[in-house]
Amino acid sequence: MSFDLAYLEADVASHADDEPTRRDFLVIAGNAFAAVGAAATLWPFVAQMNPDASTQALASTEIDLAPVQEGQAITAMWRGKPVFIRNRTKEEIAKAEEVKGDQVPDNSARNDLLPEETPADDINRVKEGKANWLVLVGICTHLGCIPKGQSMGDEKGEYGGWFCPCHGSHYDTSGRIRKGPAPRNLEVPPYAFISDTKIKIG
Amino acid sequence: MAHESNYHPTSRFGKWMDERLPVARLVHGSFVDFPTPRNLNYLWTFGGILSFCLAAQILTGLVLAMHYQPSGAEAFNSVEHIRRDVNYGYMIRNFHAVGASMFFIAVYIHIFRGLYYGSYKAPREVLWILGVLIFLVMMATAFMGYALPWGQMSFWGVTVITNLFSSLDGIIPGLGTAIVEWLWGGYSVSGTTLNRFFSLHYLLPFVIAGLVILHIWALHVAGQNNPTGLDIRTKADSVPMFPHAVAKDAVGLFAFLLLFAWFAFVMPDYLGHADNYIEANPLVTPPHIVPEWYFLPFYAILRAIPSKLGGVIAMFSAIAILVFVPWLDTSRVRSSKYRPIYKWFFWLFAFSCLALGYLGAMPAEGVYVFWARVFTFYYFAHFLLVMPIVGLIETPHRLPRSIAESVLGSGGAATPVTAAAAPEKR
Repeated sequence: MSFDLAYLEADVASHADDEPTRRDFLVIAGNAFAAVGAAATLWPFVAQMNPDASTQALASTEIDLAPVQEGQAITAMWRGKPVFIRNRTKEEIAKAEEVKGDQVPDNSARNDLLPEETPADDINRVKEGKANWLVLVGICTHLGCIPKGQSMGDEKGEYGGWFCPCHGSHYDTSGRIRKGPAPRNLEVPPYAFISDTKIKIG
Repeated sequence: MAHESNYHPTSRFGKWMDERLPVARLVHGSFVDFPTPRNLNYLWTFGGILSFCLAAQILTGLVLAMHYQPSGAEAFNSVEHIRRDVNYGYMIRNFHAVGASMFFIAVYIHIFRGLYYGSYKAPREVLWILGVLIFLVMMATAFMGYALPWGQMSFWGVTVITNLFSSLDGIIPGLGTAIVEWLWGGYSVSGTTLNRFFSLHYLLPFVIAGLVILHIWALHVAGQNNPTGLDIRTKADSVPMFPHAVAKDAVGLFAFLLLFAWFAFVMPDYLGHADNYIEANPLVTPPHIVPEWYFLPFYAILRAIPSKLGGVIAMFSAIAILVFVPWLDTSRVRSSKYRPIYKWFFWLFAFSCLALGYLGAMPAEGVYVFWARVFTFYYFAHFLLVMPIVGLIETPHRLPRSIAESVLGSGGAATPVTAAAAPEKR
């Protein structure tokens, strides 16, 4: 007991002249280590929710475009998402090229292989010399519905591209948002032509 | 509400236990001898009804979890298996699905009762805020539960609602996408997402149960509000909870159960959506995605704002604003019964919520958007303008001097003992 009291008095005295004691140092250092330890322990429990290795392993897919005729469209799967691939007609390409990026609400090409500030001109959303092939992630940038416009009988919206039935977003023949609540153009996924009629997405 | 305990154990075991773990004393003081205002009406039975709903959902959910498979490949079929093959599975599944709707009907009545009678005002602010938290966790639980049958509405409902977080990309590019992929455990909604939703759907009801205990604790510290909004001052103002309030709660509960049984046995799918009997398909969006009816007013607010981030902020604010109600309402009088001006605004607010519910079910176009904006404006104006201003300018009606006087007339308070002893002569 007397030992405790002596200790207390020493503590009070040291606080009186505002000199940090060895105990202050130990308390702060000890708590800091405990906090770092707690955060390090917590992290695995947070990170386990992120996409796992098997999901990431499915991150690329190859698609043969040979059977897709002009004016037709196919839907492929990539990372669990639908990918719209449309073999555009001459008129569709002309309509898309005529409207420049600064005339649409979102002037960013949204092409994963190009910087974000690239203007949303049609030329930045297709591969050079392959302007007929438009490849897009088929997910509305508003709240994630699948827009209509892939099948022959589908409503394609006011601009002849795609129309999202959930909240009424209209996309043009370059997949750019033209009307409705969606904030961004449809995303162009990272892909490359590995032969004349074959692409690899991802 | 602090009151002297008059628990007297009679048996030897009762006395022995009372000195070691006085659970019986706690129950007696909280639910038997607890003083309840003598003028409570049937709107005060919803607390008990909600406790029943929570217990029923946990019990039926426990049974369903014994037969359900939380995987993308099996979930849809296992729910059909429960409905067709499991003994009484159709019934227990209907109790659980209908029970969720009943839970929300009861909670909305309970919230509007609190708003009308000023139950959020001092000293019940913490009680009210705990209630808002329970409401929030209830919504999260219901949302995740709706994902589990893995039908088209389940899948696309989850897609649309989790995508709300991607609007954070508008503040810090990439943040929203990172959060959404973290929630999904992939690059789209998948069986992985379903599996974690099942885990959380099982956990959250117990979080609610914990919050309910705090809610009841806070209620028993402050004491119950009542239609006059007056405090209990004399013994004549109150009756013991048992048998008076308990009996009334039982009548209310059984009336509620009639409605519950009507839905569960006669039209179990009326409150659901037919598209949810089509298995989830990530390549086809249903033409018209609607959430469950109890989310419709908030969904209408989301869609009324013509900006993605703005809509999300407005929707969450619509719930968060409830936390500030105790301080937004400047009136000195609790009960709207004595507030001639505010009373009308209260009903306008209730109408706005119903209207938003209707508009949330309609397509987001044309005249529907216009009215959704009008009622969204009033929803917020009610809290931010009406509550502070009306409270300051309004002259309330004269309040009765006591709860007893409001029930027994002005002579009643003078003869409290006989009145309390023979309440049936009222």
